[in-house]
Amino acid sequence: MRHLLSAADLDRDQITEILDLAEEMSLVQGRPVKKLPALRGRTVVNLFFEDSTRTRSSFEIAGKWLSADVINISAKGSSVSKGESLRDTVLTVAAMGVDALVIRHYASGAPWQASRWIDAHVLNAGDGTHEHPTQALLDAFTIRRHLRRSVADQSSFEGKTVAIVGDITHSRVARSNVLLLNTMGAEVILVAPPTLLPSGIDSWPVLVCTDFDQVLARADIVMMLRVQRERMSGGYFPTPREYTIGYGLTRPRLAAMKPGAAICHPGPMNRGLEISADAADAANSLILDQVAAGVSVRMSVLYELLGGAE
Amino acid sequence: MTDLLIRGADLVGGGRSDLLIRDGRFVDPRDADGDVDQLDADGLVALPGLVDLHTHLREPGREDAETVDSGTMAAARGGFTAVLAMANTDPVTDTAEAAAYVASLGARDGHADVVPVGAVSKGLAGVELAELGLMARSSAGVRVFSDDGHCIADARLMRRALEYVRAFDGVIAQHAQDPKLAGAGACCHEGVISGKLGLPGWPAAAEAAVVARDVQIAELTRSRLHICHVSCAETVDVIRWAKQRGINVTAEVAPHHLMLTTSEVVGYDPTYKVNPPLRPDEHVEAVREALADGTIDAVATDHAPHARHDKEHAFADAAFGMLGLETALAVVLETMINSGRMGWPELVKRMSIMPAHIARLAGQGRALGAGEPANVVLVDPAARAVVERDASASLSRNNPWHGRELPDPVVATIWAGRITYQKER
Repeated sequence: MRHLLSAADLDRDQITEILDLAEEMSLVQGRPVKKLPALRGRTVVNLFFEDSTRTRSSFEIAGKWLSADVINISAKGSSVSKGESLRDTVLTVAAMGVDALVIRHYASGAPWQASRWIDAHVLNAGDGTHEHPTQALLDAFTIRRHLRRSVADQSSFEGKTVAIVGDITHSRVARSNVLLLNTMGAEVILVAPPTLLPSGIDSWPVLVCTDFDQVLARADIVMMLRVQRERMSGGYFPTPREYTIGYGLTRPRLAAMKPGAAICHPGPMNRGLEISADAADAANSLILDQVAAGVSVRMSVLYELLGGAE
Repeated sequence: MTDLLIRGADLVGGGRSDLLIRDGRFVDPRDADGDVDQLDADGLVALPGLVDLHTHLREPGREDAETVDSGTMAAARGGFTAVLAMANTDPVTDTAEAAAYVASLGARDGHADVVPVGAVSKGLAGVELAELGLMARSSAGVRVFSDDGHCIADARLMRRALEYVRAFDGVIAQHAQDPKLAGAGACCHEGVISGKLGLPGWPAAAEAAVVARDVQIAELTRSRLHICHVSCAETVDVIRWAKQRGINVTAEVAPHHLMLTTSEVVGYDPTYKVNPPLRPDEHVEAVREALADGTIDAVATDHAPHARHDKEHAFADAAFGMLGLETALAVVLETMINSGRMGWPELVKRMSIMPAHIARLAGQGRALGAGEPANVVLVDPAARAVVERDASASLSRNNPWHGRELPDPVVATIWAGRITYQKER
């Protein structure tokens, strides 16, 4: 694997391999000395054009536990306003001799463009409203563990239903999850008001429903998406109150979930808006497991990209 | 100046004939005397010089991207003998002085007629009318007014502009883009591809809705309205309806909208970022049909040179626009003539006669007959070549046709009797 740009780059075997390796990596988390020598001498740059404390920290920890040298570069603000083109920024960083660039960008497609300009491995850490493949991998990792723990004690995604609820239009998490869960054989139901469903969604390999309550009893996983502040004033829905009543994981909806079903949220949460505190902290909430999984999965991906023989 | 004799060209609809040029005009070829330069046009088609209603020459302001010299050289290579220079320069062409300055640059550096387009509103801000009448009265004689790049979204301003220019037979050329339906960030046709790529959508309705409004205002004011770069089927339907109703509206289509589709954007290459955006097949089909049946009157390039670094940003940040002057005839030849949709007489109308008529250019779009200005392009309909962006006369390289095989028709361009371009043969 040369780059990881899209969840669609991965077939079922590759995903399984990454998740299996992430299971091994997760053992490091419990050790007193959290260090593997695997990427010693390799340099990973987190090139972030947009703030993201959790994704950046997660990649940073993953790289450090594998003994890579990790450097964070914040290139916040539009490159246009700074007068430097994206190409110049990327070439400048690459010219320092880095092995992998982990790119987060506010604009869709930026990692694809970068991958055409440089020789280093490019890892998409979230591009605009497009994709966030490592988020989909860590979600799959978390869901698979949950399935293994559940009564049936099996880890296949076949026959499982994942409901993704919220702002699908602007969500890179949703796009990557749809692609990856579809590859793994899960059924995906997208739930949102019509104003937050992307154009062309009829062609996606998913079911679409505008009524959250209709899918609650059916979903094995309920994945809530964050509502961005700017959407609240953008006229996508009338008021936060109406959104919560229609699409929030409220206490009554928590009670109406399918027995054994679990809750995911990529964070950061708006408690009281898309998710109630009861749901966020419920016994069947996997939200902190997702965070832990993030480090393991990113270790696995970094190893897949950089660990092989040169 | 020595006379120029073009020998044996196929005059569209006029059979094979010689053309004799003396002092910038055609004269009877039987008047040729001994001392003439000769140009062998055996097997070539002679068309009146092409006229581009929609060119961005970037001078003054962005001489690193294009100048009047380089842009009109690109025009000459493309077979054009006149270009309308859009107003969104720096400073904006929104005064008589600015218009006269652009015209003077054309007179000094041009390889084709350079006709300034005046801004409709001061600074293209869409709030107050620019000095339309003074631009019309200036030495530049402005007749086409446009805020191109910005839609005149305010219906009242649009009404006043249309009414006002009637006094001097002006035309308002509208860049139709409802800013609430397709904001400044909109950069991909709204549909399956924009949804998958996560790019802000630019729905067809944002264009058609403004055109529907404006043809109503044009009917109300009995004024001349022109629609820039029609890109979608819905707009074609509105214009067809308006023309049937007798409303005084004309329209243009850009070559890229005749051939390229939204799928070009999938790799996030900003070369294909253009406004309005590339549309899916069914829209390309609709604008081809409309160009063939005359619903769309003219081809206009929207030649939009950009410095390389302005295209090397993330897709959402990169500049809108692509080159078009050198390849326009090739694309129309390929999509409209080689496909059998229209013939050479229609091509002459769409690329020379109608654009000259819309812009009220007296010396352009004329027949190739004695007494007429000698603006002519000699065309080899069979020649083909792979487009090489580095071979361009433009200072910019944002060429969406790079690497594609297209017709390579222009053999020579003659502007006011002077050879402005001649292909090495």
